Amino acid sequence: MVLLLLRLFWTFFLIGLFGFGGGYAMISMIQSEIVNRYHWLSTGEFTDIVAISQSTPGPIGINSATYVGYCSVVNAGYSHAWGVAGSAVATFAVVLPSFILMLIISRFLLRYYKHPAVEHTFSGLRPAVVGLLAAAALLLMNEENFGSWSQSPWQFSVSILLFAFAFISQHVYKMSPIRIIVLCGLAGLVLM
Amino acid sequence: MFEMFFTFMRIGLFTIGGGYAMIPLIEEQVVRRKAWVSAEELIDLIAVAQSCPGIFAVNISIFIGYRRRGTLGALACTLGAVLPSFIIILAIALVFRQFRDNEIVERIFRGIRPAVVALIAAPVFRMAKSAKVNRYNVWIPVVAAIAIWLLGVSPIYVIMLAGIGGYVYGQYIKE
Repeated sequence: MVLLLLRLFWTFFLIGLFGFGGGYAMISMIQSEIVNRYHWLSTGEFTDIVAISQSTPGPIGINSATYVGYCSVVNAGYSHAWGVAGSAVATFAVVLPSFILMLIISRFLLRYYKHPAVEHTFSGLRPAVVGLLAAAALLLMNEENFGSWSQSPWQFSVSILLFAFAFISQHVYKMSPIRIIVLCGLAGLVLM
Repeated sequence: MFEMFFTFMRIGLFTIGGGYAMIPLIEEQVVRRKAWVSAEELIDLIAVAQSCPGIFAVNISIFIGYRRRGTLGALACTLGAVLPSFIIILAIALVFRQFRDNEIVERIFRGIRPAVVALIAAPVFRMAKSAKVNRYNVWIPVVAAIAIWLLGVSPIYVIMLAGIGGYVYGQYIKE
């Protein structure tokens, strides 16, 4: 148990430390560490967490740390109380690097943030974060989220349509994510 | 101190859909209502908080808290920003797991999942624009995505390598 909590702490500490580019980029780290490496959650569960994080108040990074912390402990067979401890550990760990870094920066480094060395570093970092985000989306395009043509052609086709609908309404029409999630949830209820 | 805690609690509570939705709220509360920082200062803080790792909203609250009251102030603001989501998500986690296998919930989430994938895919293009991706550096996101997606490389290494690469290129090769 203690080992699992320590691992959770360390994993989320790293996610907080290297989480450049905000919540969405963090999602790709959570996915690769929590789902693909440690198998604390299934891909389906992970996608549900993202949906819940996006439609509830608060930063996505905090929401997903809290949720993942709880679920990984309970999935490992421990009680709800330990699950609450897990979510507290993960949330604390994801915030801690920010806290340390921000204090150092506000104290000493605020005037250096326009320094060429910093700008050069970010000229490599920024495009890479875009790649991170693309990888997160590509990794989620799988059977667990879309179903498969051979098992259920109907579910697969509806999934593709909903994906296209959500993408266009967000990218072109800037519809709010909550509205998209609610509409697609209703479509799922009626059609699948 | 309590005022700072509650102000950031309100900001945390009313932001749905991630950090950037918070900016107008922070502006209204912190600049116009309480005048804790000036509008120009806030723009600088946003630029720094964006380029630092971690959760944007948390970074901003630490900055403003520290400006006002030092480390304790930073602590009060961070707690305020984090606590509402923590409690709400914990409540949802406790309840949702019992309903997850329910037939109706399952159908709803079967519809939601493809939409979530689209919601993650859509900002890729928006971010590419703001990260100034052009035909000379477009290989960076492409290689990063392929390394993570097909080769299973951890994003942490990708970030480290990209930062070091950018630094070395800018300092020693371009000059």
